[in-house]
Amino acid sequence: MKVSTMAEMMASGEQPEILFWVGCAGSFDQRAQKITKAFATILNKAGVKYAILGKEEACTGDPARRAGNEFMFQMMAYQNIQILNGYNIKKIVTTCPHCFNTLKNEYPELGGDYDVIHHTQFLQELIEQGKIKFTDSNEWKGKSITYHDSCYLGRANEIYEAPRKVLESLDMELKEMKRCKSKGLCCGAGGAQMFKEEEKGDKRINTERAEEARATATDFVASACPFCNTMLSDGLKVAENQNDPAVLDIAEIIAQAIK
Amino acid sequence: MGLISEIIFCLLTILSFGIFTQKILRIRRSILLGKATHLNDHPGQRWRNVILLALGQKKMFQKPIVAVLHLIVYIGFVIINIELLEIIVDGIFGTHRVFSESMGEFYTFLINTFEILALLVTIACVIFLIRRNNIKLKRFISKDLEGWPRSDANYILIIEILLMGLFLLMNAADHEVSFIISKNFTPWLTANFDQDQLFFVEKTAWWIHIIGIYAFMNYLPYSKHLHIVLAFPNAYYAPLIPSGTIHNMPDIQNEVLYAMQPELAPTNAAAPESFGAKEATELSWKNLMDAYSCSECGRCTDACPANNTGKLLSPRKIMMATRDRIETISKNIELNKVFVPDGKTLLHDYITVEELRACTTCNACVTECPISISPLDIIIELRRSLVMEQSNAPQEWNSMFSNIENNFAPWKFSPDDRDAWTKA
Repeated sequence: MKVSTMAEMMASGEQPEILFWVGCAGSFDQRAQKITKAFATILNKAGVKYAILGKEEACTGDPARRAGNEFMFQMMAYQNIQILNGYNIKKIVTTCPHCFNTLKNEYPELGGDYDVIHHTQFLQELIEQGKIKFTDSNEWKGKSITYHDSCYLGRANEIYEAPRKVLESLDMELKEMKRCKSKGLCCGAGGAQMFKEEEKGDKRINTERAEEARATATDFVASACPFCNTMLSDGLKVAENQNDPAVLDIAEIIAQAIK
Repeated sequence: MGLISEIIFCLLTILSFGIFTQKILRIRRSILLGKATHLNDHPGQRWRNVILLALGQKKMFQKPIVAVLHLIVYIGFVIINIELLEIIVDGIFGTHRVFSESMGEFYTFLINTFEILALLVTIACVIFLIRRNNIKLKRFISKDLEGWPRSDANYILIIEILLMGLFLLMNAADHEVSFIISKNFTPWLTANFDQDQLFFVEKTAWWIHIIGIYAFMNYLPYSKHLHIVLAFPNAYYAPLIPSGTIHNMPDIQNEVLYAMQPELAPTNAAAPESFGAKEATELSWKNLMDAYSCSECGRCTDACPANNTGKLLSPRKIMMATRDRIETISKNIELNKVFVPDGKTLLHDYITVEELRACTTCNACVTECPISISPLDIIIELRRSLVMEQSNAPQEWNSMFSNIENNFAPWKFSPDDRDAWTKA
């Protein structure tokens, strides 16, 4: 897949309209790579002039900061801001709510001020502007789906509507879980929990959330965060129920419907 | 008799307000033991929060029935206390219902309103008592509330019921007046007591009522009921930034900057004292005000994913532990002039590592709190101390840190493969 890096763009004297911040999960995690590719496919088809940082991108520092390691966070922030400012980046889109939150809310104070949007917001914009067109045989139409709010998209940044609007644009039947939007239950990955075992308790958080998702009896579960995606997929896998819904990122759903 | 009771009343009033003022100043001193933080920007938005969150109790209305009952108790309690003005004037000058003549019909209207509110408050408090003790609501049977906190909640409700009862009794026994609720008890009173006895009942109810109010006022500083006062400043100083933002540490930002660009480092830069908080006094004053404002309602803990799945963490307990600790520190300072180490710290002795490790930073607790308390902010400060001061992190986190440092990702992948997905 042809994806330009900022270095390549600069070399040819071009400036992209938007930088796609891929994030560590999107870059390295096998499952999340599919989300990354799906989103890149959409950007290509919609004719968006974008670039990635490629090897110059580094962890935003989100898990380090939330684990309490502020030094590590500041190191990463310094490094990333140097690169982003060096390329004179103005607008960033990312498929990871954690990167989104850090870039949007935590970097400005450190000298990195960008217009940062999440991919679900960007998808909504592209659909509304008619830049994304769907195939005539919309296989998603009428399929039922439940959307899991990512904490760092929802409560942390109050983005509840964009992902839902995108799903509705495909005429999918949206069913809400018992706890949704500002009441949405965490998948269990945030605050650097992704990188350690859970503390002892009665149950895993992702199991609890997977049960709520299963209770909606929908065909699919939509996520908008690579970490939520992993946690929910794992949570559903535990029960080994053949009828359990597949967990898909909103970008993957759109990528399969786009003309 | 008249003069003596007037003198007693004056002394009692001065004493009550005097002690109360002292206690409030003491809490203010305790809060200011916290570190400086600047929360005075955008006054317009801040006043808006005071009106919506504290006065309007906006977030309470996510549970509408409870919100209405709570609003009745709150409005009733505040409005009925307007009557205090008359009670105090009467007490000082030995008058009887000093405003009744000059205000005429309006006086009857006012007291009628107070009486209706008093009845509603009583009903609401009885419902709250039943709900708290008989309906096994998870956040009220929680072990967070074992001991004093559970008694505290019940005492508040019982005292409010008693105060309302005394107010109505005092009016019912007063043969010179007739008000909408209390007049219904008058026939029963006149059937059972003669004129002198009634006078005695009225005076006794009057005295117990005012003494009760003074006592309740002085009880506030020890109680979760302090939220009736502190909800207002707490809403004013609530953060105005998106809740996902973790506050910056400029000391560390500068350390990193100077390490990267040594030419910028000032020659006389003092090294920061410590990172994060292991003690309550290392938290910000807003964190401490949060702790004093907490009404221990448990909406935070109810929403906490860690708590929901049986982990030790309870955001409410984080707030209660912080208040307990800063109270202990305050008492220690009062006794010894300066803080004499007692071998304990907020981190470890009041809040354990296991609790802190369970947090997913999902912000559910922060979102739920009706009065803008952030347990998450305290959790992060304590985690900072654990990791940066005590190098206390689970092995998996240490690996994650070293991966970020060496591979620029939390996993052990080569940074050269970061764009490998474009080729696959």
